Amino acid sequence: MAEPIAHSRRVFIRNGVALASLAGTIPAFIQDSAFGLVAQAAGNPGGAGIPGERILVVVQLGGGNDGLNTVVPYGSGDYFNARPTIGIRAPGGQATGQAGVALELDRTLGIGLHPSLRGMKELLDDGQLAVLQGVGYPNPNRSHFTSMDIWHTAQPGGRGDGWIGRYFDNTCNGTPLPEGAISLGRTAPLAMLGKVQKPVSFESADLFRWTGEDVDRGMEATYQAINRAGVLPETPERSQAAFLMRTALDAQVSSDRIRAAVDRRPMTQWPNSDLARQLRMVAAMIRDGMKTRVYYATLSGFDTHAGQLGTHARILQQVGDAMLAFQNELKAQGDQDRVLTLVFSEFGRRVQQNASGGTDHGTAAPSFVIGSRVRPGVHGNHPSLTDLDNGDLKFTQDFRGVYAALLEDWMKAPADKVLGGKFAKARIVKA
Amino acid sequence: MPLPAELKPLPEKSFDEDAARHLLARAGFGGTPEQVRALAGLGLPKAVDALVDYEARAYADPDTEDFDADILKPLTDEERQTLVRARRSDDQETLQRFERERNRRQAADRDQMREMQKWWLRRMIQSPRPLEEKMTLFWHGHFANGYRTVEESWNMYRQNQLFRRLATGNFAQLVRQVIRDPAMIKYLDNDENRKGRPNENLARELMELFTLGEGRGYTETDIKEGARALTGLTFADNEPRFDAAQHDDGTKTILGYTGAFDADGFVNLILARKECPQFICEKLYRFLVNDAPGSPSKEQQAFIAALARLFVQRKGELKPVLRAMFASEHFHHPANRGAIIKSPIQLVVQAVRQFHVPVRELSVLNSAAELMGQELFHPPNVKGWDGGRTWINTSTLFTRQNLLVYMLTGRTPRTREWEASTDGFDATHLVEAVRPASGTVDLASGVAWLMRCSLPVPAETARTAAVVQSLQSRGMRMDNTGIIEALCLITAMPEYQLC
Repeated sequence: MAEPIAHSRRVFIRNGVALASLAGTIPAFIQDSAFGLVAQAAGNPGGAGIPGERILVVVQLGGGNDGLNTVVPYGSGDYFNARPTIGIRAPGGQATGQAGVALELDRTLGIGLHPSLRGMKELLDDGQLAVLQGVGYPNPNRSHFTSMDIWHTAQPGGRGDGWIGRYFDNTCNGTPLPEGAISLGRTAPLAMLGKVQKPVSFESADLFRWTGEDVDRGMEATYQAINRAGVLPETPERSQAAFLMRTALDAQVSSDRIRAAVDRRPMTQWPNSDLARQLRMVAAMIRDGMKTRVYYATLSGFDTHAGQLGTHARILQQVGDAMLAFQNELKAQGDQDRVLTLVFSEFGRRVQQNASGGTDHGTAAPSFVIGSRVRPGVHGNHPSLTDLDNGDLKFTQDFRGVYAALLEDWMKAPADKVLGGKFAKARIVKA
Repeated sequence: MPLPAELKPLPEKSFDEDAARHLLARAGFGGTPEQVRALAGLGLPKAVDALVDYEARAYADPDTEDFDADILKPLTDEERQTLVRARRSDDQETLQRFERERNRRQAADRDQMREMQKWWLRRMIQSPRPLEEKMTLFWHGHFANGYRTVEESWNMYRQNQLFRRLATGNFAQLVRQVIRDPAMIKYLDNDENRKGRPNENLARELMELFTLGEGRGYTETDIKEGARALTGLTFADNEPRFDAAQHDDGTKTILGYTGAFDADGFVNLILARKECPQFICEKLYRFLVNDAPGSPSKEQQAFIAALARLFVQRKGELKPVLRAMFASEHFHHPANRGAIIKSPIQLVVQAVRQFHVPVRELSVLNSAAELMGQELFHPPNVKGWDGGRTWINTSTLFTRQNLLVYMLTGRTPRTREWEASTDGFDATHLVEAVRPASGTVDLASGVAWLMRCSLPVPAETARTAAVVQSLQSRGMRMDNTGIIEALCLITAMPEYQLC
């Protein structure tokens, strides 16, 4: 907690700003940390596990992940009938063709994990993986865009603000929480956009800074002086210009902090992949003690219309390995009890494989929730493989019930208000 | 000087270059020092006329003939029958062929949408009729429909042309055409609004967002009854269509009047409400005069009310309203200089128009605008972009600054290899106005002039001194490189985000 303050002083001193005149120029979140320090000294709980310290990570699998080959209902003959060449065999069985043999998930239920999900299997054995079956919503939409928008907004039409944005709007008293939400990617996902709260988004921390200094390093000092000056003396406090000057100062301090955080060496081994790179940054920012409540990472490439076996195996391995590395890193940092991760995709795929060895857009599919505080194992029933809706699975768990659990049981936020309705909560979080 | 509460024009002698620069930025997307000087030279009335009566200047539409209206043509009867047969016999091969063809067409349509984004951005950059494009952008954010829902690029393009055709025309006429516009019908589900099974989406937004303002002078019953009046307005094969069989021609009571109102009858009732001119003029005010948060001051309210009276007097004609606004002392008052935060599109287009930097890649500029929160043809929802301070956060601020570095130097914000070329950007024209007979512009006057041309409000002295010092300490001069570095620093100032 002491670090940001010391750090910010250094910044100000370097730029020759007298400390006495800081009142108007301190970025909002430096003040926040100062208040936080006082509150802690006064005996407020500050340890891990209290809601104020809890963090939600969302991992989006873009393109429509094939749920039936992710969490495999190997106990069902209908599964193999629908997927003659891409069906994944039961654990202990003989692999035919290239589909491979599932990892055991629940023997009684006859379900397994895709053979590439060794990372997930390890998390399961360690009590850190919850598998939510049949997650979807009524009147499923099979367009990538629309279905993703529905997941992001938690609204049937997929319009309006994002559900995480609304979470912040409902809990932050009309002022955005600086760095409250961070997304690793080019653009901010709709889910994170509230009316008041907007996420900080960057693809790599190195781009979360002014690139003019690459043109000529000689300009850097002047740029810094201009953008760290805060509100200039002749600028009215409530003017648009003053607002911009304050935001410019916030941006510089944020940039210092984020770049310093992600520059630190991780404590454990990480695989080399896109998702791992993103989650490594998330872990580093958590370790740094940033006040971020929600992080968002994205991996695409799940739209497997043709020849899916190889592609799907590679991308699922990326997911499993990155998630395992993330949990290991959190453990090494001592942050494992503060973080819960939701892994979802906008829809699953059709039950019947197509003629190109792939699968087309479908409906309900499993989601994962990962962390030391989940109730591990399989939640809910696998949708029937015979009672289908136009060739697609009928959902057994509304995704908004998953959100409701994350909001209410994990983030301690009013789920009904955020979601605009009451949804049967999935019981994912340990009491 | 107090902020005038009425439409009193600015005294002619006060229309100097700074006023002309302000006018050009707001009624368009700014211009070079030379263009600003020329506009100032016209004097206030002629300058306003030159911007508002833009029809006098011809502008050939670039590239529209390449757009294809039929990418997503509906299936022919024969194709439909084949598809039905394939479904019945579970003929996977045929079904997949159809699906592949549909996917291919949808991909082609998304490509065309991207071409249309480039086309519109180019128009905004090139057009000698900037107010036409600026107001087209205003209506796009007002009657906000997005491609993701409309799912047909041609309809987005047609709607865009409608906004352009009536950009500064008659508001009543615009509303009557907008409720028949295929993109709007699709976006707000009016093709589902049928006799006996009304869909209220369009009726609701028509009053709440397009004409009266949320909760201003109408009730839920007016929405229900109004929806009935809109039944039957649909579209087929990209053309507006009135389906008489689906129209509810019964008696309705809307806004206190009873009759067998149809769509235009409903629109007339709405437009007769006093809330309508007030709402539209308020929104124009926020777009063109001042978008600071909070409710308007007493003087601002009075000014908006005066605009609204003019709007009523001139029966919804927009030009007289815009003309009076742009010529007013209120518009030019120091309190309204730099009082708007540039939208991402304004930032992009104004940078090209004011510095004459090379356009480089239109698609890069569009994707930068998207990164900053404004993708053309993709407003976030039917309310459009919130604008103002919501454009700005720590991420978008870096993106804005870095985009300007790219535009000025050609260095792409996403790669590390910066090539030491200025890619044909000759910046020296920007300081011609202060070049002395000796031929060499000194640093102090060069920087002061660039600041004046680039920022909407006079810079504080510390800012100018910092830029001069930066160049001086490194032995730089007001040559091309020096000007570009000065501009990199000026455009990275928080004040540069103002318009």
